[in-house]
Amino acid sequence: MENLQLVLPEIFLSLSIMFLLIFGVFKKNSSRLVQSLSLAVLIVTAVITFNETIGINETKLFNNSIIIDYLSSLMKIITLLAAFLVLIISSNYLKTFQIFKIEYPILILSSVLGMMVMINSNDLIVFYMGLELQSLALYVLATFNRDQIKSSEAGLKYFVLSALSSGLLLYGCSLIYGFTGSTNFDVIATQLNSDVYAMTFGIVFVLVGLAFKISAVPFHMWAPDVYEGSPTSVTLFFTMVPKIAALTVFIRFLYVPFLNLIDQWQTILIFLSIASMLFGAIAAIGQTNLKRLVAYSSIGHVGYALAGVTVGTNDGIQSSIIYITIYVFMNLGLFSCLLMLKRDNQYYEKIDDLSGLSKNHPMLALSLLIILFSLAGIPPLAGFFAKFYVFKAVIEQSMYFLAIVGLLSTVVAAFYYLRLIKIMYFDKEKEKYDTDHGFWLKFSLTASTLLILIYFIFPSQLIEVVSRINII
Amino acid sequence: MNFPILSSLILLPSIGALFLFFTRGNKKNNFTIKYVALFTSAVNFFLSIYLWILFDPSTSNFQFVEERIWIKDFINYKVGVDGISILFILLTTFITPLCIISVNNSINERLSEFLIAVLIMESFMIGVFCSLDLVIFYLFFEAGLIPMFLIIGIWGGARRVYSAFKFFLYTLLGSVLMLVAIITIYWLNGTTDVVELYNSGIDIKYQNLLWLAFFSSFAVKTPMWPVHTWLPDAHVEAPTAGSVLLAAILLKMAGYGFIRFSLGLFPAASEIFTPLIYTLSVIAIIFTSLIALMQEDMKKLIAYSSVAHMGYVTLGIFTIQQQGIEGSIIQMISHGLVSAALFLCVGVVYDRMHSRLINTYGGIVSIIPKYSILFMLFTLAALGLPGTSGFVGEFLILMGAFKDNFLVAVIASIGVIIGAAYMLWLYKRVVFGKLINADLKQMFDLNRSELFILSCLAVPTLFFGFYPDPLINTIEVSISDLINQYNFKLASQI
Repeated sequence: MENLQLVLPEIFLSLSIMFLLIFGVFKKNSSRLVQSLSLAVLIVTAVITFNETIGINETKLFNNSIIIDYLSSLMKIITLLAAFLVLIISSNYLKTFQIFKIEYPILILSSVLGMMVMINSNDLIVFYMGLELQSLALYVLATFNRDQIKSSEAGLKYFVLSALSSGLLLYGCSLIYGFTGSTNFDVIATQLNSDVYAMTFGIVFVLVGLAFKISAVPFHMWAPDVYEGSPTSVTLFFTMVPKIAALTVFIRFLYVPFLNLIDQWQTILIFLSIASMLFGAIAAIGQTNLKRLVAYSSIGHVGYALAGVTVGTNDGIQSSIIYITIYVFMNLGLFSCLLMLKRDNQYYEKIDDLSGLSKNHPMLALSLLIILFSLAGIPPLAGFFAKFYVFKAVIEQSMYFLAIVGLLSTVVAAFYYLRLIKIMYFDKEKEKYDTDHGFWLKFSLTASTLLILIYFIFPSQLIEVVSRINII
Repeated sequence: MNFPILSSLILLPSIGALFLFFTRGNKKNNFTIKYVALFTSAVNFFLSIYLWILFDPSTSNFQFVEERIWIKDFINYKVGVDGISILFILLTTFITPLCIISVNNSINERLSEFLIAVLIMESFMIGVFCSLDLVIFYLFFEAGLIPMFLIIGIWGGARRVYSAFKFFLYTLLGSVLMLVAIITIYWLNGTTDVVELYNSGIDIKYQNLLWLAFFSSFAVKTPMWPVHTWLPDAHVEAPTAGSVLLAAILLKMAGYGFIRFSLGLFPAASEIFTPLIYTLSVIAIIFTSLIALMQEDMKKLIAYSSVAHMGYVTLGIFTIQQQGIEGSIIQMISHGLVSAALFLCVGVVYDRMHSRLINTYGGIVSIIPKYSILFMLFTLAALGLPGTSGFVGEFLILMGAFKDNFLVAVIASIGVIIGAAYMLWLYKRVVFGKLINADLKQMFDLNRSELFILSCLAVPTLFFGFYPDPLINTIEVSISDLINQYNFKLASQI
């Protein structure tokens, strides 16, 4: 009998989703209640994950197709936390557009379930299953504001391109299966024969699929359109949560079965990383829409997170997990600011709408200033440390080219972050925005800003949390 | 020594800034705001004087060292001072209160934010001068960009956006390579602790590249020719207090960095690249002095003269002679006082006439005599007249240079003449001559606070000109030890 206790978080989450769905359908006007219950479900799932799995040794279940170890537990908790934060700050936005419906929290929960399965997977089939579950929920979420043509367009675009990439990914899986006779990561690792070039093709196809999900250049084309078209709260979800899961799969897929083929995939990953960093930095300069700008900036940040994965050491993996964690908080703060740019039931998302923000809303502007400098990676803010750990891991493996290109692209990226600051602080003010934002939005902005600001006082804590990740 | 005096110096201005942050600013309590800021920085100044009194100049070891675990098994927060760094800390704490007094006339909007930026800046700069860990140094070094960017951008002149961006991106571009170098040093030696690195030395194979990476950062910050172009822009557009901070303290971070890190950590590479530094310094001295001659804008002229003066500094540092390095440090301190004073002098007339162009003025000597006297004093100090601190620095640097390289010294000496030319010509055009512009008659002489600030700067300029002993005593042992270490490492090929 398998030890079902270890998959209790997933079991609990799926039962809750079913319950909430039925509950929401039968009880009229229950969207508020469902929203609160979903938040509770996320918290309880995180607590169960923490209690049941965080301390245990590596365990594999269901014919070794699921792996529970420190990495998966930690990433699940980060995912749940990020989803929780997205959910608490999105209600005002949804209410404005009158799309505050029961489906929203339930879809978020289902995609989180998919991500948890992805994070747990030790098998190509399980991994694909999780991936599709999360993607399906995300397609619907992208079109959630269905009365707006842009939102529908975003969903459709995302669906078509995502289906294509899933196809590539499946083809890669089948090649790997064909040459090793198994879909299980452990078995693949023992059956590796580096002389078989088709194997490399398999890896490349899977990497393409994953790079698409994480929106790394050159598989990023969908991101700006989808991010712009989707409801802002969904964009926030897109920019952080699926990336956490995809990054974990990146790590697991490359390091468990294919660590010995590092020579073959390292170059590909370096290319993805450099291309994302540079392209994200350069393409963002010309943007006039804040959400598109955030899309390019997130492409750039994915590049840095991937730089940690390319290294091939535990240090590198840890640094890229630190990166994505700090990135989650910076992004949360950034979107909290975006969600505050509201006047007369309309949200403003042009860059010029920030103009003179520092005169009308000094605290909001100051928070955004701190977040933007942090995103640009200026010390002593948290974003600097994120980059610092990544480049430390990179340089320790003597990959100077990657480090120097990465750091130079931070200078390019600094330009567009500075431009936002310039518009906020140096330009003339416009009309004031509403100030009745609700407690949670203010809370998340304040909390994330403070965390970014005082991270330098306690930098060891986060390192200690991730330093137990040890998969090589 | 239990009282963490250096950490207090670093933290105190930030705490003052935090106070200001929670004080709601309006027209009425601008007064309060200013006095809170002034009080904080004054306390900091007296604390640093106390530090100087306690400081023991007879040893080259680091004193007042504090060490705490910061990132476990990786970086320790470590601060301490020796003869080289203590004077820069004093300069910082001395200039900042004067800056705060000087905002009276020039900053009308968002005063409280401005003072917060200035105080935070002070924290970071003191941090730069006393950190004994490369990562901590980098942290403070870079963090200073944020307040300075805002000072130029928010309170600056017409082309402030362009200047602020140029300043930020230039310096950031220079510094990222230094970050790569710092991580590489960690990878090579397993530590970023400066004291340990002094003792263990750095593998000679890597020194050249590491030196260049540090150089790219310091050269931009110094600024050396040909990457000096951000400085005139930044100076011209920054508000007076911002220019003062920039000229008096920010530029000194790089000179300090050259002495502390380039000479201290990479002796072999420094030896190889000395000709490069000489060439760039000499070009800076001659070329930017000639440019300064042609300027129409007073602030720009002084900015270019700063580049020339920093050329002497880098020249002096890389002579690796006792006199040369001592001269460089004294030149930096003196330039800190004198350029601050000159920018304030420009600020004084700018506040009255709202013009920085030289041809607006002329013949103001009879209208504002007190101003003219003090301006004269600082002009003479800038060109290095004996009896002012400027002379001591330049003289020692040239002496060191003559010992090391005759040709370079001769060319640099020619620079002194051009320097005298542009400064005196500036003074002549502004102060003497016929009073053509009738508006100038409306000008009133220095008010009390302006007089106070300029006198505060005049006293040490003259005092150290006649009696530089206190400065030389403080730095002498540290420098001779640095040179011995340098020669020892060079001889034993570490």
